[in-house]
This record gives sequence, C-alpha cells and structure tokens, in this order.
Amino acid sequence: MGRRRLKLIFGPAMVKEPVIYQLGKQFEIVTNIRRADVTRDQGWVLLEITGEPEELDRGVEYLESRGVKVEPAEGDLVE
Amino acid sequence: MAKLLGLRCRECEAEYELQATHVCEMCFGPLDVVFDYAALKKKVTRDRIAQGPASMWRYRDLLPIEDATPVVTLGEGFTPLVKADRLGAELGLRNLYLKNDSMNPTNSFKDRVVSVAISWARANGFETIACASTGNLANAVAAYAARAGLECFVFIPVDLEPAKIVSISVFDPNVVAVRGNYDEVNRLCSQLVESTPWAFCNINIRPFYAEGSKTLTFETVEQLGWKLPDEIIIPIASGCQFVRHRQAVRELMELGLVREDRVPAFTGAQALGCAPVYNAFNSDTPERVLPVRPDTIARSIAIGNPSDGMYVNRIALETGGVVEAVSEEEIVAAMRLLARTEGIFTETAGGVTIGVLAKLARAGRWKGDEVVVAYVTGHGLKTADVLAKVDGHARRVEIEPTLKSFREKVNI
Ligand SMILES: Cc1ncc(COP(=O)(O)O)c(C=O)c1O
Ligand SMILES: [Zn+2]
Repeated sequence: MGRRRLKLIFGPAMVKEPVIYQLGKQFEIVTNIRRADVTRDQGWVLLEITGEPEELDRGVEYLESRGVKVEPAEGDLVE
Repeated sequence: MAKLLGLRCRECEAEYELQATHVCEMCFGPLDVVFDYAALKKKVTRDRIAQGPASMWRYRDLLPIEDATPVVTLGEGFTPLVKADRLGAELGLRNLYLKNDSMNPTNSFKDRVVSVAISWARANGFETIACASTGNLANAVAAYAARAGLECFVFIPVDLEPAKIVSISVFDPNVVAVRGNYDEVNRLCSQLVESTPWAFCNINIRPFYAEGSKTLTFETVEQLGWKLPDEIIIPIASGCQFVRHRQAVRELMELGLVREDRVPAFTGAQALGCAPVYNAFNSDTPERVLPVRPDTIARSIAIGNPSDGMYVNRIALETGGVVEAVSEEEIVAAMRLLARTEGIFTETAGGVTIGVLAKLARAGRWKGDEVVVAYVTGHGLKTADVLAKVDGHARRVEIEPTLKSFREKVNI
C-alpha cells in the first residue's frame, strides 16, 4: 500500500465537478480530504490518497486528464 | 535541559515529538520547531552571543541543535553587513545596508540552512543526506555531506547547466539526473521521501533546516549594534526564509536582545517571470497563491508553487512591507548597478533583490533616512552567463602594445 498527500487545484471549469467522488469510485483508492478552500471560480483541496502505487498513479493521471492540477501537498520540493 | 519542546502545526497547532517529518498528519499544514523560550530567556544574552564563534553558530541557543551535539560546519554565516553609501546615493537612501551572504562557504545563504539540517540529521542517526535541487541547495548539501562524511544523493533535472553540475559533482555525491519535466521530478521526490530512510534536507527535515535562516537576521541586527532596521528586502522562492526572518525578530524581542518594539517592514522580492507571491499580494485575496510556470533567469528562486507563499503575504501585510517584482532587464541592470557602486558581484537572485530595492526607492517609498537592509543571498559567479550574453560593457578599448596607441585610444 502507498499513500500520497496531494494538493488539487481547480479552475473555474472544474469547481462544480465531483472528481474526488469519481476518483474513489473508479479506482481502488481511498480518499481523505484534510483541508480545502474553494470559491465560486477556483479552489484547492488537500487530499490524502491510499492504495496500491500503480493504482495511485492511475488515479493521479485521471485527475490530470480531467483538468485538475495535481501537486505535492507541501508545494514545490525541488529548490 | 532540552531547549526544544517538539514540533507544532502552523495551521491547527497539533503537536508532535521531534522527528523527521514536515507535514501535519491532521491538516497537512507545515510543522515548526517549538523552543522553550522561558528557559532560553534566562540564558541568552548579548554577551553570551558575542563570546561565541565568528559564524552563525554564535546563535546556537536559538537553533534546533542541543548543546552536546557536534555540528557540521564550514564556518558559515557572520557574513559582512556593509553600509552601501554609493548605491544609497544613487537611490536616495542615506542608511542603506547590504547583508552579503554570497560570502558563505558555497557562496549562498543555503549554507546556513544546510549546516543545521545535516547537523540534525547526523545527530539523529541518518546515514544518507539527500535533496532535489536546481543549484544552490545541491551545492551546499554536497559540500556539507562531504564535510560530515555522510552518504549523499542529489537529484537534479537532466538539463541542469554544466557549470552548476561541476560545482556540485566536485564534492563527489551520488548525482541522479532525472529525465523529466519539473512536475515529474517534483512528484518523484515526494514519493522518494516516503520510500527511503534518507534525510531530505528541504523536505522531511524541513522544520530543522528552515531554522538556520533566522541567523541571517540575528546577525544583521547584531551588526547594526542590536538595533532593528526599518525595512528588510528579502528574495522569495519558497518563502521559507522570509517566514523565518519574521520569527527571528520575534525571538530577539521575546528574549530582550533588542529594546525596540517596532517590527521592521518585511518586503519580498520576486522576478516577474516567476511571481506567484507578488501576483497574490496584488490581488483581492493575498493569501490565495496560485501556482505559475517559471520562466526567468533568476533560476535559484524560480519556484512556481511556493510552500510558504501565503505566509509571506500575511507577514508583509502585518508589518507594512510589500511584495514587488522586476523584469529580466531590471535584474541584469541591478546586478551591474550593485557591482559598479559597491564592488559586490551577486547572482540573479541578488539582482532581483537589488532590482526591487531600486524600483521601490525610485518610486518614492522612502524619505531617505530610514535604515533599509537588502539580503544579497548568492554570488555572481553562479550565474555569470547571464552577463556574458548581454553585451552591456562600453568602457572597453583594444590597443596596439605601444604608448602611441594607448594615447590615441585612451583619454587620461
Ligand atoms: C540565492 C538564493 N536566494 C534566495 C532563495 C530563496 O529562499 P526561500 O526558498 O527560502 O524563499 C534561494 C533559494 O531558494 C536562493 O538560492
Ligand atoms: Zn495541522
């Protein structure tokens, strides 16, 4: 099992879409929201995902294919 | 008596034992080291500091390393604070100071944070030190790991400039060049941290690492005769050091090392080519920092999604500072201006800082007598290529090896 701490960033087109629900439904992934800040036209969600590493990779790919920006929860790590 | 009480989440205040972790399990907020200030207050005095070494370790009491722990040091810190009268005259500032942190062992302020990080890691049983970096951080980590005799892994993007690779590789770390774009390297790192027993300086041991930055401000205040400046200009990449500089002033006040109670204005500097914090500062929602894709010659501070961005804006607003940004041309012009007026050759990040200083001064931000300090955080030889590309040097002539030719071409 693996786990990842992610920050999902939503633009205006995505704010209303239930992508986190879909992520849990379409993949063998457990989702757990830790914090969020969502307004009418943008937002971010800090999300923990757990599952098999390959499944997590597929889940992240899915989010990106839906137009969500996916970053490590703590921001850029390459300094 | 231990001076460290533990780690605490900056967002939800959940508390943790001292350990190699940087994110709150509850809310994913950043973790900070908590000191026992009541105990420190009885111990730390100006005299005690003055008796310490001529390095940043004179502030050891305020760093997260216990007294009995040997430190990994190359003599970092206690860099010159120079009064910049000639640059000040050009900008209408009579009390301008430059903290020249390019004088550190690997020529950037990163030596401060890495010295603390590796000291902590070695004392806590880590055998391998790692980092992912595009330059200054890798340079410092490789040097201090060599000094400590620890295994070292440095992850770099495959297209990193050759000059940087040389000054990292000379210390003989394991260099892993990653084929991939920035986001992919970033993602790999967050997975590596979870799956290796290594101390990643700027990731899992970040709470300890970050504390090292405070010494830059401690020294500045000591070198000003234990007086707080009116304003400090600080370059922003992740925003990590900016936040620590504010904390440093809080600690100086709390411990009675300074007598004033007026907090300096904290002003941030970014390159317009990578200005997520500046963008947010100038929006209706300064605490909502949106990621950008960096495109600037100031590569050492090109962080598109800065971890501490929102805290930077909170502090700038709280203290009456601003966040300003400059263009690529302004960065190069500022590097030349600083060199021409003060004899200091800084890298592009320093060009950003001096560029912002000049921009604010020319826009009339100061009356002239304020004490303003700019942090010059890296050496010019690190990014000499940006000057080689721009042919801005007009004061050059070519002559024959004869006095006649000299007299013809040069007016003396
Ligand atoms: C020369 C230089 N100045 C400033 C910074 C900014 O530091 P921070 O990431 O703490 O904002 C960095 C590092 O990222 C740097 O290399
Ligand atoms: Zn928390």
